[in-house]
Amino acid sequence: MDDGYITEDGRKIGGVVMEMKNITLRFGGVVAIKDISFDIREGEIRAIIGPNGAGKSSMLNVISGFYIPSEGEVFYKGSKRPQMRPFEVARQGIARTFQNIALFEGMSVLDNVMTGRLNHMQSNLFQQALWSGKAEREETANREVAEKVIDFLEIQHIRKTPVSRLPYGLKKRVELARALAAEPQLLLLDEPMAGMNVEEKEDMCRFILDVNDEFGTTICLIEHDMGVVMDLSDRVVVMDYGKKIGDGTPNEVRNNQEVIDAYLGVSHD
Amino acid sequence: MSDQLIYAMEVTLNGLMAGVLYALVALGFVLIYKASGIFNYAQGVMALFAAMTLVGIMNGQVPFSHLINAMFGTHIHHFGWHVPALIAIILTIGVMILLAWAVQYFVMRHLVNQEPIILFMATIGLAYFLEGLSDLMWGSEIKKLDVGLPQGINLWLDEVTFNIFGYGFFVDNLDIVATVIAALLVAALVAFSQYTKQGRAMRAVADDHQAALSVGISLNYIWVMVWSVAGFVALVAGIVWGTKSGVQFSLSLIALKALPVLMLGGFTSIPGAIVGGLIIGVGEKLFDFLIGPMIGGATENWFAYVLALVFLVFRPQGLFGEKIIERV
Repeated sequence: MDDGYITEDGRKIGGVVMEMKNITLRFGGVVAIKDISFDIREGEIRAIIGPNGAGKSSMLNVISGFYIPSEGEVFYKGSKRPQMRPFEVARQGIARTFQNIALFEGMSVLDNVMTGRLNHMQSNLFQQALWSGKAEREETANREVAEKVIDFLEIQHIRKTPVSRLPYGLKKRVELARALAAEPQLLLLDEPMAGMNVEEKEDMCRFILDVNDEFGTTICLIEHDMGVVMDLSDRVVVMDYGKKIGDGTPNEVRNNQEVIDAYLGVSHD
Repeated sequence: MSDQLIYAMEVTLNGLMAGVLYALVALGFVLIYKASGIFNYAQGVMALFAAMTLVGIMNGQVPFSHLINAMFGTHIHHFGWHVPALIAIILTIGVMILLAWAVQYFVMRHLVNQEPIILFMATIGLAYFLEGLSDLMWGSEIKKLDVGLPQGINLWLDEVTFNIFGYGFFVDNLDIVATVIAALLVAALVAFSQYTKQGRAMRAVADDHQAALSVGISLNYIWVMVWSVAGFVALVAGIVWGTKSGVQFSLSLIALKALPVLMLGGFTSIPGAIVGGLIIGVGEKLFDFLIGPMIGGATENWFAYVLALVFLVFRPQGLFGEKIIERV
C-alpha cells in the first residue's frame, strides 16, 4: 500500500483511512448507489459532488452507518467494518453534520457542543449521579476542549444561547462545532454551505480549511456547488444517478468530459 | 378571623399536600414523555407493581406462589423471613430496572419511529399486562405497606395553629414527609439531567434522535435509563400512596388523576408537573369546600378534569409546556 501524496499546496496526505469497496444501496426497486468504490486518505479534504439526487447524501449515510449498504464493503483504518449502528460508528471516531441541521434545539450552544464530548467521558452512571471526583474532573477537562472549539469557530458570544434562537448560518456553525468537539478521525459534512449567503459561505470555507490545517482532521464533504468544492478539496468524487463518473483532483475532474456533461447537460447532436 | 377563612386555610394546606402526591405521579409521565415522546399509560400501574413488589419482598412472599401451587400441588406462600424496608426498597429498585429493560427490549425497541398513537396503545397493553403480572406474582388482596414513614396528625403544627387561630389544623405527618421526598426527588432529577453526562445524553435524545445517534448516544441505553428512572419515581409514588391507602388495585387509578395535572403543567415540564399538581390539589379541595355544598358535593371527582378542559381551551400547551408553533 502506498503512503499518500503531496497536495498542490504542499500538504502531506497520509494513508487510506476509509475505503468504500463496490458499495451498492437499494431502497426497494430504487438504486440510490450503484457499485461505487473510493477511498479517503488521512489529512485530506475529500469531496463528493454531483447534481441533486445523485446519491451523495446516501453515500455519506453509508459511511456514517445511518444506511446499511445492500452490497459492498467498508474498510475503516485497514480493517473491514462489520455491520454497525450509527452510534457505534460515531464511537469509532466518525463525526458528522446533517444537510438539514440536526441540533438539540432546546439546549444551549455550549450544551450542544458538550454532547460531542460524550464519547470521551468514561465515568459511569453512579459516579455521575453522585458527582464523584472522577466525574467532576472529567467534566472540567471536557469542558475545556468544548470551549476551545467554541473559540476556534468564533461562537463565544452565543455560548449560552438556546440553539432554537439562532439564525441558520450560525446553527450550521454550531453543528460543525459539535462534530469537531468529538475530535473525530473522520469528519463528514453534508452540504455545509447549503442555504447560506456568500459571506456565510466564505466563513464556512475558511473554517473547514482551518480545521483541516490546525487539527489535521480528515474531512469528507458533500456539495453540489462546484465552485466552492474546487477551491476547498484535495480530491473529488463525482456522482451522477448513483454512479461514480469521476474521481481525482479538482483539475482532473474539471476537465473530465463525463462530469462536464452531467453538470452542463449533453447536446446529442 | 372568621371560622370559614381558617377552615379554608386548613383545606388549602391539605390541598397542597395532596397536590404533591399528584405531582409525584405526573413526574413519571413527564420523564418518559420528554425523553421518548411516549405517553406512558402504564405509569400508574408501574406504581402499583412497585408497591406490590416492595410489600411482597418485605413480607418474604413467594412470587407466583398461586401459580406454583396450582401447577405442582404444593402449599408454599412465604419464605418465612422478613426483609428490612431499606433492603427491600433497594431490591425493588433492581426489579424496576429489570422491568425497564424488559419493556425496552421486548416492546419499545420494535416500535421506534412509529406513530405516537401506536406507542400509546403499546403502553395500554403494557398497563394491563403489568396489572395481571402484579396479581399473578403477589396476589390481589389489599396489603398494608409500612416502611417506617411517620403517620398520623402532626402535633407540632396542630399546636402552633391552635395558638394562633384557636383552632388546630389537621395535617398528616405522611403528607409532610411526602412533600419533602417529592422536593428531594425533583431536585435530584433536575440536577441529574442538567449536570451529568447521562442527563445531557437524555436531553439530547429527547430533542433529536438523529443528532443523538451522530454523537454516539445509544438510544436503547438512554431509553432503558429513562424507564428505570420512571420506575423509580413510580416506586416512590407507590410507597407514599401505598402507605396512605394500602396497596391495592385502585393505586393504578391515581394515574388518571395525573392527566389533568399534565394538561395544566404541560407534558414536557418537570416544574410544570409540580405546579400543576399543586394547583389541582388545592383547587379541588378548595372548590369542594367552598362551592361543593351549594351544588351537592362530591366535586373532587370531576373538578380536576373540568379545570384541565378549561385550560385546554385557553392554553393547550399547558402552563410550562413548549409552545407549538408551526411555520408554514
